[in-house]
Amino acid sequence: MDVTSSDSALRRFLHGLPAVDEAGARDRAQALAGRSVKSDAKRTALDLAISMVDLTTLEGQDTPGKVRSLCAKARRPGHGAPPAAAVCVYPDLVPLCVEAVAGSPVRVASVATAFPSGRAPLDVKLADVKSAVAAGADEIDMVIDRGAFLSGRYLCVSEEITAVKSACGEARLKVILETGELGTLDAARRASWLAMVSGADFIKTSTGKVSPAATLPVTLVMLEAVRDFSAAGERRVGVKAAGGIRTAKDAVRYLVLVNETAGEEWLDPRYFRIGASSLLNDLLMQRVRMETGRYSGPDYMTVD
Amino acid sequence: MAAEAGRIAVRKTYKLYIGGAFPRSESGRTFEVRDHEGGFLSNAARASRKDARDAVVAARKAFGGWSERTAYNRGQVLYRVAEVMEGRRDQFASEVRLATGLSDAEALDEVDAAVDRWVWYAGWADKISQVRGGVNPVAGPFVNFSVPEPSGVAAVLAPQDSALLGLVSVVAPAIVAGGTCVVVASAAYPLPAITLAEVLATSDLPGGVVNMLTGQVAEIAPWLASHMDVNTVDVTGAPGGLADDLAVAAAGSNLKRVLRLPPAAWTAEPGVDRMFGYLETKTVWHPIGL
Repeated sequence: MDVTSSDSALRRFLHGLPAVDEAGARDRAQALAGRSVKSDAKRTALDLAISMVDLTTLEGQDTPGKVRSLCAKARRPGHGAPPAAAVCVYPDLVPLCVEAVAGSPVRVASVATAFPSGRAPLDVKLADVKSAVAAGADEIDMVIDRGAFLSGRYLCVSEEITAVKSACGEARLKVILETGELGTLDAARRASWLAMVSGADFIKTSTGKVSPAATLPVTLVMLEAVRDFSAAGERRVGVKAAGGIRTAKDAVRYLVLVNETAGEEWLDPRYFRIGASSLLNDLLMQRVRMETGRYSGPDYMTVD
Repeated sequence: MAAEAGRIAVRKTYKLYIGGAFPRSESGRTFEVRDHEGGFLSNAARASRKDARDAVVAARKAFGGWSERTAYNRGQVLYRVAEVMEGRRDQFASEVRLATGLSDAEALDEVDAAVDRWVWYAGWADKISQVRGGVNPVAGPFVNFSVPEPSGVAAVLAPQDSALLGLVSVVAPAIVAGGTCVVVASAAYPLPAITLAEVLATSDLPGGVVNMLTGQVAEIAPWLASHMDVNTVDVTGAPGGLADDLAVAAAGSNLKRVLRLPPAAWTAEPGVDRMFGYLETKTVWHPIGL
């Protein structure tokens, strides 16, 4: 899809996208959230959700010990659950994670490009990405320049994503739109398409540092975007919902949304991820509840 | 609750009390509450196992803050509950009268006794550790002392046969030492329990310390008794056979304590057994002379 040849071509394309019916999107998301998922389907959904979790820790207070225990948890969440999809950390902790998850299917994802604000010169951002990739990151979570996007300098955002993508090499690129700062669902749709035509392998809702983070309506709009992109004969792009998803019930709602919007092909850790930290314990507690027939408690889960 | 002439009745919705908020049951179910003559009084929320689960989560969340308050402060808060209850004396009396068929004077007596019971327990808050704790004599260079600590989250099945005094007499001892609780109110008398929850919500008691569920004890109690995050279960409101099953469920899960005290009139002096049943003892050996 060659719409990135000039700023005006890109603008014409993005503003030519159909407008989002905000009330309709909210209604649709709410209706799907009310779906009841029980017994066997629920068991499957819980395990699927666990295998889609990007177990995340992005705090200034992260220590090697904490990150190592996070990796151990991602490899073996316990209670018979499958491993998580990836661990997501700051770039300086990537070498440690690579060592800690070696030999397991767990991927190492690193945030980069001056996360979470994205306010740094381009060469600094690219150096950030290259060092994370060199350290062994399998996936890079970049943030877009929201300032440029909101002031309409789409080509600038697009070129940055393209540059980061080429700096990634083999690593998969997740582009964080930070929808909480974009304001409207229309902007979220434009940002989704902008990221996809510029080379994103994944589009991700938020950094988790801004409220609101992931919401069902915004995820719905992004899932529609990846579905339409794929239907237009382009590659299949993944979606990652991150921030604010804390309960197993929420996670299952997202899975229903994925299935009903993008389709079953996206119900795969390669194409849908949930960025979370405390969610995993709630998923495990629900899993234990289904196995033992009684409610579990935080005393029986790890303290992360 | 009849309408005055010419005015449309403003009917009250009785809901659950979980984590400081008043939600409807997650299941959307209600049941009819009837007065002592079988007349319709109101609909009340019929709690499901998921409401019980949410209530335990709320109680666990509140436990840290409430147990770390000073004993003196907890006493003040409990006394404040009594103050606010006193202000709603007439409302409680009318609900108790309609529910039980007591006379006006008897209903007022029950409310007064319930308020006095809060005050009695409020006074205990900063005296428990003196009575239950202490310095132990040991043959070695140590200071050895024991302090009582709250055991955690309690599931309290309120007595079925008492509209207010019995309820207060099982809730206050569960929280006075810093514990938090999930209460299943009497199925026959749920309305005074929800009014009590409104009092608790407006008297400085942090949300989640007491969570009030209305509905069928046989439906909710087994989930609470087997819940791995509940530390104590008071089976007062369960009929004999059910209480046995609950004790088995409690033992078969996480060995939670089961409070099963011999029945006594709620008007009698309460004694300390119930209150002390929610305590654990921590003993510390502190080296001296080194």
